[in-house]
Amino acid sequence: MDPVVESGTEPPIQEKQTRSLSDRSLLSLFIWPTLIILIVFNVFPLAYSLFLSFTDYSAVVFKPPEWVGFENFERVLFSEALWESFSITGRYVFMSVGLELVLGFGLALLLREQFTGSGIITTIILIPMMLSPVVVGLFWKLMYNPTFGYFNYLLGFSDPSQAPDWLASRFAGEPMPGLALWAVVLVDVWMWTPFVALLIYSGLKAIPDYLYEAAVIDRASSWFQFRRITLPQVAPLMLIAVLFRTIEAFTKSFDLIMGMTGGGPGGQTEVVAIRIYQQAFLGQFQTGRSSAFAYMVLIVIIAISNLYIRNLNKAKEG
Amino acid sequence: MSSFAETGPREPVTEGIRVDKVQPRAQLGKKIRAIIVIIVAIILLVPVFVMTMTAFKSRTDVVLPPKLFFEPTLEGFVFLLTDRAQLSDEALAEGKANIDQMGIFERVALSSGQGINGPSDFIKRLTNSIIIAFGATIASVTLGLFAAYAFSRFEVPGEGDLLFFILSGRMLPAVVVAIPIFLMYRQLGLHDTYLGMILIYTVFNLSLTVWLLKGFIDEIPREYEEAAMVDGYSRFQAFYKIVLPQTATGIAATTVFSLIFVWNEYAFALMLTSQNARTAPPAIATMLGRGGIEWSAIAAGTLAFLIPVLIVIFALRKHLLRGVTFGAIRQ
Repeated sequence: MDPVVESGTEPPIQEKQTRSLSDRSLLSLFIWPTLIILIVFNVFPLAYSLFLSFTDYSAVVFKPPEWVGFENFERVLFSEALWESFSITGRYVFMSVGLELVLGFGLALLLREQFTGSGIITTIILIPMMLSPVVVGLFWKLMYNPTFGYFNYLLGFSDPSQAPDWLASRFAGEPMPGLALWAVVLVDVWMWTPFVALLIYSGLKAIPDYLYEAAVIDRASSWFQFRRITLPQVAPLMLIAVLFRTIEAFTKSFDLIMGMTGGGPGGQTEVVAIRIYQQAFLGQFQTGRSSAFAYMVLIVIIAISNLYIRNLNKAKEG
Repeated sequence: MSSFAETGPREPVTEGIRVDKVQPRAQLGKKIRAIIVIIVAIILLVPVFVMTMTAFKSRTDVVLPPKLFFEPTLEGFVFLLTDRAQLSDEALAEGKANIDQMGIFERVALSSGQGINGPSDFIKRLTNSIIIAFGATIASVTLGLFAAYAFSRFEVPGEGDLLFFILSGRMLPAVVVAIPIFLMYRQLGLHDTYLGMILIYTVFNLSLTVWLLKGFIDEIPREYEEAAMVDGYSRFQAFYKIVLPQTATGIAATTVFSLIFVWNEYAFALMLTSQNARTAPPAIATMLGRGGIEWSAIAAGTLAFLIPVLIVIFALRKHLLRGVTFGAIRQ
């Protein structure tokens, strides 16, 4: 590392030499425990599962992993079930993030002007997000229950036999594919719209007033101001929200969907995380193949989180 | 701009500065906005309200069609917290004779013809949650504090990359990491142990604590420590006596965010524990399986599980957004 840069951070006093030394040892002392624990619990397992993904191995069979080359990847890539679960995840992300952006933007615009009690309201609307997703899933399983759940009741359906059975994808006894996915998306929207709204709200707060002053002097219409000032100025934060929610759809959606449907009915809500879980921890414990699957998901996640962290850093600086 | 040049000023601009914000009739608009926001907040709370109601319903009331008024009982809580057995007719009669000497729990159980054998599994799950959450939080905040200070105050080679590496750990789906961790834990004997769970949660919280605490420490002027060091403090003394007290709020907020994360975590707990170290979330989720769904017990369990989080949310509302965006965005 460049010695000139380092000496720039030192206090300009006589005993520079000794202090710089102790600083450096302190630095290692402070940083290394964290790095070591991360390497042991993140890097090592990932390397190990990369190895496993090239082997035929099951965690419940007492047989050492057997090298099979790319067979697992081939099987995973050409299995329809995999693409189906990716497509379900994609639909899930698209539907929930889309709704959250639109509703969140609306809510942020409403919250923009402070009013009496807006502080407490912003706290209240964040409650859903701080709850355990699996418990939230159970909550909503009860809400969606066709005979004694409150959801249909509040929507005005009085006769259970004529009402939608959301989590079973049935409407009045007839199968209605996609209903369960919508039900899950709705809960996701319930949980996360306030978060998106708050991100956008903090973006709105940061827009400098002089932009609007200039627009008023130029007699720009409200719509023009919205399109040319508000929207571009909050776009970075909207991007952060989209990336964050996409990552969460791969990670946290597992908890939520396990609590609600467990992937059912008939795999209609089986997002990738649930599929990996079923392959790796249920039935035959296909550790090797599920590692290969997990690795493909990992590549997607790393790409998205790379974008996310870069934008986060920008937001931090700006 | 161009439109101004073409048309010229027709009349003096009299509106407020920000047209899209301060319209005429702004006062009325403000009220309408407030009302809409309040309605949204109420809608968001409906499921929480329903869950609370269900927790106080009796077993028979739960499965009846929805209604707003019912006779509240503590059945859900009693079922949740105790292990019971069906009483024979004689024991039931005997119990009814002695009802005056009984505690509230026993009375409730008796009214549904059951006697209490002892505390239920749920108490153990809750204790596990508390032990693991506190252990992991203390470890990750301590380690995170040191690392955050180093990142904030020293020139760390490759700082950006290291911070990226630390945060990216948080982005990994639990299922993906859990497969190798599961095998590793089985080898090391850490599967289904407190230590194993505390370690994995510490790792997953470190990204949050490092990023969040770095943000808080960045806000403390370096000059404080530099002045202290000129006065003869060592770097560590300056950290301990100057920076630490100044970061107290930040540390408190970080602690609570990691607590909430561990408290709510489900995927790792499901895959890395079975009987001994299992925490409350997977236990609540599997309560479904035991001989008929006892919704009131489940609702009571979720309620008992939510209340600590709710209290914390209200105590911490100023830092909420910061915590969930890893400290990058301030409110």
